[in-house]
Amino acid sequence: MTDASKTHAPGMHPDLPPPKTEVGAWGWMYHNLFSSPLNIGLTLGSLFLLFIAIPPILDWAFFDALWGGERTDCPKEAGTREGACWAYINYWFKHLMYGRYPNEELWRINTSYVIGAIGLIWLVLPKLPYKLWVGSFMLFAFPVICFFLFAGDSFGLQIVETPLWGGLFLTLVIAVTGIVASLPIGIVLALGRRSNMPVVKSLCVAFIELWRGVPLITVLFMSSVMFPLFMPEGLTFDKLLRALIGVMLFSAAYMAEVVRGGLQAIPKGQFEAAQALGLSFWKLMALIVMPQALKIVIPGIVNTFIGLFKDTTLVLIIGLFDFLGMAQNVSTNPDWLGFSVEGYVFVAFGFWIFCFSMSRYSQHLEQKLHTGY
Amino acid sequence: MAEEVKAEDLQQPTKELTVGEEIMIQMIDVHKWYGQFHVLKNIDLTVRKGERIVVCGPSGSGKSTLIRCINRLEEHQRGQIIVEGTELTGDLKHIEQIRREVGMVFQHFNLFPHLTIMENLALAPIWVRKMPRHEAEEAAMKYLERVKIPEQAKKYPGQLSGGQQQRVAIARSLCMNPKVMLFDEPTSALDPEMIKEVLDVMIELAQEGMTMLCVTHEMGFAKTVANRVIFMDGGEIIEENNPHEFFDNPQHDRTKLFLSQILAH
Repeated sequence: MTDASKTHAPGMHPDLPPPKTEVGAWGWMYHNLFSSPLNIGLTLGSLFLLFIAIPPILDWAFFDALWGGERTDCPKEAGTREGACWAYINYWFKHLMYGRYPNEELWRINTSYVIGAIGLIWLVLPKLPYKLWVGSFMLFAFPVICFFLFAGDSFGLQIVETPLWGGLFLTLVIAVTGIVASLPIGIVLALGRRSNMPVVKSLCVAFIELWRGVPLITVLFMSSVMFPLFMPEGLTFDKLLRALIGVMLFSAAYMAEVVRGGLQAIPKGQFEAAQALGLSFWKLMALIVMPQALKIVIPGIVNTFIGLFKDTTLVLIIGLFDFLGMAQNVSTNPDWLGFSVEGYVFVAFGFWIFCFSMSRYSQHLEQKLHTGY
Repeated sequence: MAEEVKAEDLQQPTKELTVGEEIMIQMIDVHKWYGQFHVLKNIDLTVRKGERIVVCGPSGSGKSTLIRCINRLEEHQRGQIIVEGTELTGDLKHIEQIRREVGMVFQHFNLFPHLTIMENLALAPIWVRKMPRHEAEEAAMKYLERVKIPEQAKKYPGQLSGGQQQRVAIARSLCMNPKVMLFDEPTSALDPEMIKEVLDVMIELAQEGMTMLCVTHEMGFAKTVANRVIFMDGGEIIEENNPHEFFDNPQHDRTKLFLSQILAH
């Protein structure tokens, strides 16, 4: 018997509100920020670090920054300025976004962006019908449409050679191709590696270990420089195409191992129950095992996607100017020396937007698919 | 060991349980090895339509392996297994054909956790028997009602109790209209309160004439419904008899030892 119940009959104790330190904002702060001397020290130390770091960054980026769109909006000498000069970004915006793609033809890229955005939003938003059709369109028809739009030379469109492709546009082309190709190829490789057929298994293991064992930079370099040496006279492949194939195979090898990890986590009983019901191998995989395995490794898959997205910057080594490459290229312009920081900050921000969106979506996907197991 | 469900507590069959003439499963001189280990020795077994066979024995006696060989979850290395006239070999077509006619219920249920109960049940009829969706779902509801949990159709397996999950697993196998049902220790992973509800479903199934091969430790069930009890030890069939003779008059020493151990309390 406790003291509190002395004044109440059994079963008659009223529901009291909890003490102030347990609930609400105070409660949260008490438990998370100030719960022990060590935590109090860390909280105060962190607040101090934020205090000395954030205001200067905000000053540089916003309050002392210069806005505009012409060379005259920025100081003559880059070293004398207090804040960022965003006119630099504004002036070079088209280059950072599209590379050296002809200005009159930019509508082709923008059209594909619009179609892509509509398709993506349709797939992402819940409760919209015909997702299978939209998904198939995005997977099969959309790449073909994009190819004809970007490259031209048919349907009356002016041809635009791939060396002119650049900026964020090029980053997206390489990253999306790599991401979309790596998952199906990776799944097939993972299944092959787990197979009981010795030839299939050895081929898959060899492929994975080969492509995982060399740096992407080497793959790109080899595809660009070494590959033409082995080709017969006169047969040339487009440089970007070679880079795309290299990126696809490289990321597929990584994805294969991520998927294999997910497959290993599925209990044998799931396979057996599906087999006992008479499901064939591929139906078993598609209906029972893969949905569970892929859901388990969503963090790993999205991790690989995000890594791939950023790895595309390596194409600079073979003379392709993606988002980062263009920022670097543009900073060497004799008219605009000294503003490279703004360029890099802008590019970093751009990458962060894409990567963070992927990360948020994956968390949303995990929540949506969580059926309690 | 948990308290065993007594034969008197289970619902007693109301109909005469008959056995037909047609041979459903035949195992002839079946042997199996796991590497060097000889796990099934000289298995000869004939199962007729409508028979209910209980296979019992100590751990490691090969009873689970035996029934898993029937639907090729395990491969036998010597001898023949013939299910409904089709011989079980490496031929994938035969295997899939046999698996459609043989249903299996597992000790750990093995429901598909990412699908609702209704989807669990309708999946195989839709994708294997190519039934239209609404037809498969109607049949699934019928079977859910038979196992007495129609209200759970929209839930996920993780939200159900063990006994409910096992009954869903039974319903899932029944949706394929199998000719033979294999049960691999269906109640061994269940809490005592739930064992009875599952055994009652199995007894009703037996009443309707389903051919059943059941590996279990529930001797009450064997006494109520089985028309043959098989005792296995060390990979061999030691003794085979009808329940009365088996429990009251065991012939071999190993059988007597086993029975004394499990019926001790």
